[in-house]
Amino acid sequence: MSLVDIQDVRKSFGPLEVLKGVSIEIGRGDVAAIIGRSGSGKSTLLRCINGLEEFQSGAISVDGMMVGKTDLRTLRRHVGMVFQQFNLFPHLTAGENVMLAPTVVAKLQKGEARDRAAALLEKVGLAGKFDAYPSQLSGGQQQRVAIARALAMEPTVLLCDEITSALDPELVNEVLRVVEQLASEGMTLILVTHEMRFARDVGTKLIFMHQGRVHEEGAPKTLFAHPQTPELAQFVTGAH
Amino acid sequence: MTYQMSFGDLLPYWDVLARGLLYTIILTVVSTVTGLAVGTAGAWARSFGPKWAGYAVGAYVELIRNTPFIVQLFFVFFGLPAIGVKMTESEAAFLAMVINLGAYSTEIIRAGIQAVPKGHLEAAASLAMSRLETFRYVVLKQAFMKVYPALSSQIVIVMLGSAVVSQISAEDLTYAANFVQSRNFRAFEVYLVAALLYLLLAIAMRALLRGIGRALFPKA
Repeated sequence: MSLVDIQDVRKSFGPLEVLKGVSIEIGRGDVAAIIGRSGSGKSTLLRCINGLEEFQSGAISVDGMMVGKTDLRTLRRHVGMVFQQFNLFPHLTAGENVMLAPTVVAKLQKGEARDRAAALLEKVGLAGKFDAYPSQLSGGQQQRVAIARALAMEPTVLLCDEITSALDPELVNEVLRVVEQLASEGMTLILVTHEMRFARDVGTKLIFMHQGRVHEEGAPKTLFAHPQTPELAQFVTGAH
Repeated sequence: MTYQMSFGDLLPYWDVLARGLLYTIILTVVSTVTGLAVGTAGAWARSFGPKWAGYAVGAYVELIRNTPFIVQLFFVFFGLPAIGVKMTESEAAFLAMVINLGAYSTEIIRAGIQAVPKGHLEAAASLAMSRLETFRYVVLKQAFMKVYPALSSQIVIVMLGSAVVSQISAEDLTYAANFVQSRNFRAFEVYLVAALLYLLLAIAMRALLRGIGRALFPKA
Protein backbone atom coordinates (compact mmCIF):
# COMPACT_ATOMS: atom_id res chain seq x y z
CA MET A 1 0.00 0.00 0.00
CA SER A 2 1.24 3.46 -0.80
CA LEU A 3 2.28 5.78 2.02
CA VAL A 4 0.73 8.87 0.51
CA ASP A 5 -2.38 8.22 -1.52
CA ILE A 6 -3.93 11.09 -3.44
CA GLN A 7 -7.21 10.27 -5.17
CA ASP A 8 -9.02 12.57 -7.60
CA VAL A 9 -8.36 15.73 -5.59
CA ARG A 10 -10.10 18.88 -6.75
CA LYS A 11 -9.44 22.30 -5.34
CA SER A 12 -10.69 25.75 -6.31
CA PHE A 13 -9.82 29.23 -5.20
CA GLY A 14 -13.19 30.88 -5.79
CA PRO A 15 -14.11 30.35 -9.42
CA LEU A 16 -10.58 29.27 -10.33
CA GLU A 17 -10.08 25.51 -10.29
CA VAL A 18 -6.39 24.86 -9.64
CA LEU A 19 -6.50 21.08 -9.07
CA LYS A 20 -8.75 19.29 -11.53
CA GLY A 21 -8.77 15.74 -10.26
CA VAL A 22 -5.25 14.79 -9.23
CA SER A 23 -4.36 11.19 -8.32
CA ILE A 24 -0.87 10.18 -7.21
CA GLU A 25 0.45 7.30 -5.17
CA ILE A 26 3.73 7.61 -3.35
CA GLY A 27 5.35 4.64 -1.65
CA ARG A 28 7.46 4.48 1.48
CA GLY A 29 10.98 5.61 0.69
CA ASP A 30 9.98 7.24 -2.57
CA VAL A 31 11.50 10.53 -3.62
CA ALA A 32 8.74 12.11 -5.64
CA ALA A 33 9.63 15.20 -7.61
CA ILE A 34 6.71 17.32 -8.76
CA ILE A 35 7.61 19.62 -11.62
CA GLY A 36 5.65 21.95 -13.83
CA ARG A 37 5.11 25.55 -14.78
CA SER A 38 4.10 28.06 -12.11
CA GLY A 39 0.34 28.02 -11.75
CA SER A 40 0.14 24.33 -12.60
CA GLY A 41 -0.99 23.54 -9.04
CA LYS A 42 2.09 21.80 -7.68
CA SER A 43 2.51 23.88 -4.53
CA THR A 44 -1.21 23.82 -3.85
CA LEU A 45 -1.20 20.04 -4.11
CA LEU A 46 1.69 19.82 -1.66
CA ARG A 47 -0.09 22.12 0.78
CA CYS A 48 -3.19 19.94 0.61
CA ILE A 49 -1.21 16.99 1.92
CA ASN A 50 -0.62 18.54 5.35
CA GLY A 51 -3.85 20.48 5.48
CA LEU A 52 -2.49 23.98 4.90
CA GLU A 53 -5.02 24.13 2.07
CA GLU A 54 -8.45 22.51 2.08
CA PHE A 55 -9.69 20.72 -0.99
CA GLN A 56 -13.27 20.38 -2.18
CA SER A 57 -13.41 16.77 -3.30
CA GLY A 58 -11.33 13.64 -3.56
CA ALA A 59 -9.26 12.06 -0.82
CA ILE A 60 -5.71 12.17 0.51
CA SER A 61 -4.39 9.67 3.00
CA VAL A 62 -0.99 9.71 4.68
CA ASP A 63 0.07 6.47 6.37
CA GLY A 64 -3.59 5.53 6.73
CA MET A 65 -4.68 8.94 8.07
CA MET A 66 -7.36 10.64 5.99
CA VAL A 67 -6.62 14.32 5.47
CA GLY A 68 -9.69 16.31 6.53
CA LYS A 69 -10.94 13.55 8.82
CA THR A 70 -7.89 13.03 11.01
CA ASP A 71 -7.19 15.75 13.55
CA LEU A 72 -4.84 18.20 11.81
CA ARG A 73 -2.30 18.21 14.60
CA THR A 74 -2.07 14.42 14.58
CA LEU A 75 -1.60 14.45 10.83
CA ARG A 76 1.04 17.16 10.96
CA ARG A 77 3.09 15.31 13.55
CA HIS A 78 3.74 12.81 10.78
CA VAL A 79 4.13 15.21 7.88
CA GLY A 80 7.05 17.63 7.91
CA MET A 81 7.26 20.65 5.64
CA VAL A 82 10.06 22.89 4.41
CA PHE A 83 9.20 26.17 2.70
CA GLN A 84 10.67 28.27 -0.06
CA GLN A 85 11.11 31.24 2.32
CA PHE A 86 12.63 29.14 5.17
CA ASN A 87 10.19 30.68 7.68
CA LEU A 88 12.59 30.31 10.58
CA PHE A 89 11.42 32.09 13.71
CA PRO A 90 13.71 35.14 13.88
CA HIS A 91 13.48 35.59 17.66
CA LEU A 92 14.87 32.11 18.30
CA THR A 93 18.34 30.75 17.66
CA ALA A 94 18.90 27.94 15.16
CA GLY A 95 18.93 25.43 18.01
CA GLU A 96 15.80 26.89 19.60
CA ASN A 97 14.02 26.79 16.26
CA VAL A 98 14.70 23.06 16.07
CA MET A 99 13.85 22.47 19.75
CA LEU A 100 10.56 24.37 19.79
CA ALA A 101 8.11 21.81 18.42
CA PRO A 102 9.66 18.82 20.21
CA THR A 103 9.34 20.61 23.58
CA VAL A 104 5.99 22.32 23.01
CA VAL A 105 4.18 19.71 20.92
CA ALA A 106 5.91 16.39 21.64
CA LYS A 107 6.54 17.38 25.31
CA LEU A 108 10.14 16.28 25.22
CA GLN A 109 12.36 17.26 28.14
CA LYS A 110 14.49 20.34 27.41
CA GLY A 111 17.73 18.37 27.62
CA GLU A 112 16.48 15.64 25.35
CA ALA A 113 15.20 18.18 22.82
CA ARG A 114 18.51 20.00 22.97
CA ASP A 115 20.43 16.78 22.24
CA ARG A 116 18.11 15.99 19.36
CA ALA A 117 18.46 19.51 17.94
CA ALA A 118 22.23 19.41 18.24
CA ALA A 119 22.35 16.04 16.47
CA LEU A 120 20.10 17.26 13.67
CA LEU A 121 22.06 20.46 13.17
CA GLU A 122 25.20 18.37 12.92
CA LYS A 123 23.45 16.15 10.40
CA VAL A 124 22.71 19.14 8.15
CA GLY A 125 26.28 20.37 8.56
CA LEU A 126 25.62 23.17 11.04
CA ALA A 127 27.13 21.75 14.22
CA GLY A 128 28.62 25.10 15.23
CA LYS A 129 25.52 27.20 14.60
CA PHE A 130 23.29 26.14 17.48
CA ASP A 131 23.30 29.60 19.07
CA ALA A 132 23.25 31.65 15.87
CA TYR A 133 20.14 33.65 15.06
CA PRO A 134 18.59 33.19 11.61
CA SER A 135 19.64 36.71 10.62
CA GLN A 136 23.25 35.69 11.16
CA LEU A 137 23.00 32.76 8.74
CA SER A 138 23.15 32.59 4.95
CA GLY A 139 20.09 31.50 3.02
CA GLY A 140 21.48 28.03 2.51
CA GLN A 141 22.25 27.68 6.19
CA GLN A 142 18.80 28.93 7.14
CA GLN A 143 17.18 26.41 4.85
CA ARG A 144 19.25 23.60 6.36
CA VAL A 145 18.09 24.70 9.83
CA ALA A 146 14.53 24.59 8.50
CA ILE A 147 15.10 21.03 7.33
CA ALA A 148 16.50 20.08 10.73
CA ARG A 149 13.49 21.73 12.36
CA ALA A 150 11.08 19.66 10.27
CA LEU A 151 13.04 16.47 10.97
CA ALA A 152 12.96 17.11 14.72
CA MET A 153 9.36 15.91 14.79
CA GLU A 154 10.48 12.65 13.17
CA PRO A 155 8.02 12.86 10.29
CA THR A 156 6.98 9.90 8.18
CA VAL A 157 7.10 12.03 5.06
CA LEU A 158 8.78 15.34 4.32
CA LEU A 159 7.24 17.90 1.98
CA CYS A 160 9.63 20.34 0.32
CA ASP A 161 8.05 23.33 -1.39
CA GLU A 162 10.59 24.81 -3.83
CA ILE A 163 13.16 24.86 -1.07
CA THR A 164 16.01 26.07 -3.25
CA SER A 165 14.11 28.67 -5.27
CA ALA A 166 14.90 31.56 -2.95
CA LEU A 167 18.60 30.75 -2.73
CA ASP A 168 21.57 32.22 -4.51
CA PRO A 169 22.83 29.72 -7.09
CA GLU A 170 26.01 28.91 -5.19
CA LEU A 171 24.00 27.96 -2.09
CA VAL A 172 21.61 25.57 -3.83
CA ASN A 173 23.90 22.57 -3.72
CA GLU A 174 24.53 22.56 0.02
CA VAL A 175 20.78 22.23 0.54
CA LEU A 176 20.33 19.63 -2.17
CA ARG A 177 23.12 17.52 -0.66
CA VAL A 178 21.20 17.37 2.62
CA VAL A 179 18.05 16.32 0.79
CA GLU A 180 19.98 13.71 -1.13
CA GLN A 181 21.37 12.33 2.10
CA LEU A 182 17.85 12.06 3.53
CA ALA A 183 16.75 10.25 0.40
CA SER A 184 19.59 7.78 0.72
CA GLU A 185 18.56 7.09 4.31
CA GLY A 186 15.12 6.06 3.08
CA MET A 187 13.12 9.16 4.04
CA THR A 188 9.97 9.56 1.99
CA LEU A 189 10.19 12.90 0.22
CA ILE A 190 7.78 14.87 -1.90
CA LEU A 191 9.51 17.80 -3.56
CA VAL A 192 8.09 20.57 -5.64
CA THR A 193 11.18 21.65 -7.48
CA HIS A 194 12.72 23.42 -10.42
CA GLU A 195 16.00 21.53 -10.05
CA MET A 196 15.64 19.21 -13.04
CA ARG A 197 19.01 17.56 -12.65
CA PHE A 198 18.28 16.78 -9.02
CA ALA A 199 14.83 15.42 -9.88
CA ARG A 200 16.40 13.14 -12.47
CA ASP A 201 19.36 11.95 -10.41
CA VAL A 202 17.80 11.60 -6.96
CA GLY A 203 14.09 11.21 -7.68
CA THR A 204 12.46 7.79 -7.82
CA LYS A 205 9.28 9.19 -9.26
CA LEU A 206 8.64 12.18 -11.46
CA ILE A 207 5.28 13.91 -11.65
CA PHE A 208 4.74 16.54 -14.30
CA MET A 209 1.78 18.76 -13.57
CA HIS A 210 0.10 20.84 -16.22
CA GLN A 211 -3.03 22.98 -15.87
CA GLY A 212 -4.12 21.39 -12.61
CA ARG A 213 -3.67 17.78 -13.70
CA VAL A 214 -0.97 15.14 -13.60
CA HIS A 215 0.06 15.31 -17.21
CA GLU A 216 2.74 12.64 -17.08
CA GLU A 217 4.35 10.53 -14.42
CA GLY A 218 6.90 7.77 -14.22
CA ALA A 219 10.56 7.02 -13.62
CA PRO A 220 12.51 10.29 -13.85
CA LYS A 221 15.27 9.08 -16.15
CA THR A 222 12.81 7.57 -18.61
CA LEU A 223 10.56 10.59 -18.56
CA PHE A 224 13.36 13.08 -19.05
CA ALA A 225 14.86 11.03 -21.89
CA HIS A 226 11.56 10.23 -23.57
CA PRO A 227 8.78 12.63 -22.70
CA GLN A 228 5.49 11.31 -24.03
CA THR A 229 3.68 14.63 -24.33
CA PRO A 230 4.74 17.77 -26.19
CA GLU A 231 4.10 19.82 -23.01
CA LEU A 232 6.67 17.88 -20.97
CA ALA A 233 9.10 17.85 -23.89
CA GLN A 234 8.81 21.60 -24.16
CA PHE A 235 9.06 22.07 -20.37
CA VAL A 236 12.17 19.90 -20.11
CA THR A 237 14.01 21.61 -22.94
CA GLY A 238 12.89 25.03 -21.75
CA ALA A 239 14.10 24.38 -18.24
CA HIS A 240 17.55 23.22 -19.18
CA MET B 1 7.05 94.37 40.44
CA THR B 2 9.70 91.77 40.97
CA TYR B 3 9.22 88.23 42.18
CA GLN B 4 11.70 86.86 44.67
CA MET B 5 12.48 83.25 43.93
CA SER B 6 12.73 81.02 46.94
CA PHE B 7 13.23 77.35 46.31
CA GLY B 8 14.16 77.09 49.97
CA ASP B 9 10.46 77.35 50.79
CA LEU B 10 10.01 73.91 49.24
CA LEU B 11 12.44 72.21 51.57
CA PRO B 12 10.01 71.62 54.44
CA TYR B 13 7.82 69.76 51.94
CA TRP B 14 10.43 67.55 50.32
CA ASP B 15 8.91 64.41 51.83
CA VAL B 16 5.49 65.32 50.40
CA LEU B 17 6.99 65.63 46.94
CA ALA B 18 9.01 62.43 47.37
CA ARG B 19 5.92 60.51 48.41
CA GLY B 20 4.07 61.90 45.40
CA LEU B 21 6.89 60.89 43.10
CA LEU B 22 6.94 57.38 44.55
CA TYR B 23 3.17 57.14 44.14
CA THR B 24 3.45 58.14 40.48
CA ILE B 25 6.18 55.55 39.90
CA ILE B 26 4.26 52.72 41.57
CA LEU B 27 1.01 53.65 39.82
CA THR B 28 2.81 53.72 36.47
CA VAL B 29 4.60 50.40 36.93
CA VAL B 30 1.57 48.52 38.21
CA SER B 31 -0.80 49.88 35.58
CA THR B 32 1.75 49.39 32.80
CA VAL B 33 2.19 45.70 33.60
CA THR B 34 -1.55 45.14 33.94
CA GLY B 35 -2.38 47.35 30.96
CA LEU B 36 0.01 45.44 28.69
CA ALA B 37 -1.59 42.18 29.80
CA VAL B 38 -4.98 43.61 28.84
CA GLY B 39 -3.53 44.86 25.55
CA THR B 40 -2.05 41.46 24.76
CA ALA B 41 -5.35 39.73 25.42
CA GLY B 42 -7.16 42.37 23.36
CA ALA B 43 -4.73 42.03 20.47
CA TRP B 44 -5.12 38.25 20.55
CA ALA B 45 -8.91 38.57 20.49
CA ARG B 46 -8.83 40.99 17.55
CA SER B 47 -6.34 38.87 15.58
CA PHE B 48 -7.16 35.27 16.41
CA GLY B 49 -10.18 35.28 18.70
CA PRO B 50 -13.82 34.56 17.89
CA LYS B 51 -15.62 37.20 15.82
CA TRP B 52 -17.80 38.48 18.66
CA ALA B 53 -14.72 39.00 20.86
CA GLY B 54 -13.02 40.90 18.06
CA TYR B 55 -16.01 43.24 17.74
CA ALA B 56 -16.26 43.71 21.50
CA VAL B 57 -12.57 44.60 21.78
CA GLY B 58 -12.89 46.87 18.74
CA ALA B 59 -15.71 48.80 20.43
CA TYR B 60 -13.66 49.07 23.65
CA VAL B 61 -10.62 50.35 21.78
CA GLU B 62 -12.59 52.97 19.85
CA LEU B 63 -14.46 54.13 22.93
CA ILE B 64 -11.30 54.65 24.97
CA ARG B 65 -9.14 56.12 22.22
CA ASN B 66 -11.78 58.67 21.27
CA THR B 67 -12.67 60.05 24.70
CA PRO B 68 -10.58 62.15 27.12
CA PHE B 69 -8.71 60.30 29.84
CA ILE B 70 -10.02 62.64 32.51
CA VAL B 71 -13.61 61.82 31.56
CA GLN B 72 -12.79 58.10 31.78
CA LEU B 73 -11.27 58.68 35.19
CA PHE B 74 -14.24 60.70 36.42
CA PHE B 75 -16.63 58.07 35.13
CA VAL B 76 -14.82 55.37 37.06
CA PHE B 77 -14.48 57.36 40.27
CA PHE B 78 -17.64 59.48 40.34
CA GLY B 79 -19.89 57.61 37.92
CA LEU B 80 -19.56 53.98 38.90
CA PRO B 81 -20.59 54.47 42.57
CA ALA B 82 -24.06 55.32 41.24
CA ILE B 83 -24.43 51.69 40.23
CA GLY B 84 -22.88 50.46 43.43
CA VAL B 85 -19.24 50.12 42.35
CA LYS B 86 -17.28 52.11 44.90
CA MET B 87 -13.52 52.32 45.13
CA THR B 88 -10.74 54.37 46.64
CA GLU B 89 -8.94 57.12 44.71
CA SER B 90 -5.97 54.82 44.15
CA GLU B 91 -8.10 51.94 42.91
CA ALA B 92 -9.97 54.25 40.53
CA ALA B 93 -6.72 55.77 39.26
CA PHE B 94 -5.23 52.31 38.68
CA LEU B 95 -8.35 50.99 36.95
CA ALA B 96 -8.70 54.01 34.67
CA MET B 97 -5.04 53.82 33.66
CA VAL B 98 -5.25 50.09 32.95
CA ILE B 99 -8.36 50.59 30.83
CA ASN B 100 -6.66 53.43 28.97
CA LEU B 101 -3.32 51.74 28.31
CA GLY B 102 -5.12 48.48 27.56
CA ALA B 103 -6.92 50.10 24.64
CA TYR B 104 -3.88 51.85 23.18
CA SER B 105 -1.59 48.85 23.60
CA THR B 106 -4.20 46.55 22.06
CA GLU B 107 -3.82 48.49 18.82
CA ILE B 108 -0.03 48.70 19.04
CA ILE B 109 0.42 45.00 19.75
CA ARG B 110 -2.12 44.11 17.08
CA ALA B 111 0.00 45.98 14.54
CA GLY B 112 2.98 43.88 15.64
CA ILE B 113 0.98 40.69 15.25
CA GLN B 114 -0.07 41.68 11.75
CA ALA B 115 3.56 42.29 10.84
CA VAL B 116 4.47 38.66 11.58
CA PRO B 117 4.79 36.95 8.19
CA LYS B 118 2.00 34.50 7.37
CA GLY B 119 4.68 31.96 6.51
CA HIS B 120 5.73 31.78 10.16
CA LEU B 121 2.19 30.81 11.13
CA GLU B 122 2.20 28.14 8.43
CA ALA B 123 5.57 26.85 9.59
CA ALA B 124 4.28 26.60 13.15
CA ALA B 125 1.10 24.89 11.97
CA SER B 126 3.18 22.44 9.95
CA LEU B 127 5.07 21.59 13.13
CA ALA B 128 1.72 20.53 14.65
CA MET B 129 1.61 23.52 16.98
CA SER B 130 -1.87 24.61 18.08
CA ARG B 131 -3.09 28.17 17.50
CA LEU B 132 -2.50 29.08 21.11
CA GLU B 133 1.01 27.56 21.12
CA THR B 134 1.76 29.42 17.91
CA PHE B 135 0.61 32.69 19.47
CA ARG B 136 2.53 32.07 22.66
CA TYR B 137 5.84 30.87 21.22
CA VAL B 138 6.03 32.25 17.68
CA VAL B 139 3.87 35.35 17.33
CA LEU B 140 3.95 37.18 20.64
CA LYS B 141 7.65 37.80 21.08
CA GLN B 142 8.08 38.75 17.43
CA ALA B 143 5.14 41.13 17.71
CA PHE B 144 6.54 42.78 20.83
CA MET B 145 9.94 43.00 19.18
CA LYS B 146 8.48 44.87 16.22
CA VAL B 147 6.43 47.38 18.19
CA TYR B 148 8.63 47.75 21.26
CA PRO B 149 9.65 51.37 20.49
CA ALA B 150 6.02 52.41 19.99
CA LEU B 151 5.02 50.57 23.15
CA SER B 152 7.79 52.27 25.14
CA SER B 153 6.57 55.70 24.01
CA GLN B 154 3.03 54.83 25.01
CA ILE B 155 4.18 53.77 28.46
CA VAL B 156 5.93 57.11 28.97
CA ILE B 157 2.81 58.91 27.73
CA VAL B 158 0.76 56.99 30.27
CA MET B 159 3.18 57.96 33.04
CA LEU B 160 2.92 61.66 32.11
CA GLY B 161 -0.85 61.37 31.68
CA SER B 162 -1.11 59.94 35.19
CA ALA B 163 -0.85 63.53 36.48
CA VAL B 164 -4.58 63.72 35.79
CA VAL B 165 -5.34 61.35 38.68
CA SER B 166 -4.59 64.24 41.06
CA GLN B 167 -8.03 65.49 40.07
CA ILE B 168 -9.68 62.72 42.06
CA SER B 169 -7.24 63.32 44.94
CA ALA B 170 -5.07 60.32 44.23
CA GLU B 171 -1.87 61.42 45.92
CA ASP B 172 0.57 61.45 43.03
CA LEU B 173 3.34 63.92 42.24
CA THR B 174 0.97 66.53 40.79
CA TYR B 175 -1.30 66.22 43.80
CA ALA B 176 1.72 66.76 46.01
CA ALA B 177 2.74 69.84 44.02
CA ASN B 178 -0.79 71.24 44.32
CA PHE B 179 -0.69 70.60 48.03
CA VAL B 180 2.65 72.33 48.52
CA GLN B 181 1.66 75.38 46.51
CA SER B 182 -1.58 75.69 48.47
CA ARG B 183 0.50 75.91 51.64
CA ASN B 184 3.40 78.18 50.66
CA PHE B 185 1.99 79.84 47.52
CA ARG B 186 5.27 79.13 45.72
CA ALA B 187 3.52 78.08 42.52
CA PHE B 188 6.41 78.96 40.19
CA GLU B 189 8.98 77.03 42.16
CA VAL B 190 6.93 73.99 43.01
CA TYR B 191 5.55 73.42 39.52
CA LEU B 192 8.99 73.94 38.03
CA VAL B 193 10.38 71.31 40.37
CA ALA B 194 7.47 68.99 39.63
CA ALA B 195 8.06 69.44 35.89
CA LEU B 196 11.75 68.63 36.33
CA LEU B 197 10.90 65.53 38.35
CA TYR B 198 8.54 64.36 35.60
CA LEU B 199 11.25 65.06 33.03
CA LEU B 200 13.84 63.08 34.98
CA LEU B 201 11.37 60.27 35.51
CA ALA B 202 10.59 60.15 31.79
CA ILE B 203 14.27 60.08 30.88
CA ALA B 204 14.95 57.36 33.45
CA MET B 205 12.00 55.33 32.18
CA ARG B 206 13.11 55.54 28.57
CA ALA B 207 16.59 54.38 29.57
CA LEU B 208 15.13 51.55 31.63
CA LEU B 209 12.82 50.50 28.79
CA ARG B 210 15.73 50.53 26.35
CA GLY B 211 17.68 48.28 28.72
CA ILE B 212 14.75 45.91 29.11
CA GLY B 213 14.39 45.84 25.32
CA ARG B 214 18.04 44.93 24.86
CA ALA B 215 17.75 42.15 27.43
CA LEU B 216 14.53 40.75 25.99
CA PHE B 217 15.41 41.02 22.32
CA PRO B 218 19.16 40.45 22.12
CA LYS B 219 19.33 40.65 18.35
CA ALA B 220 16.69 43.33 17.71
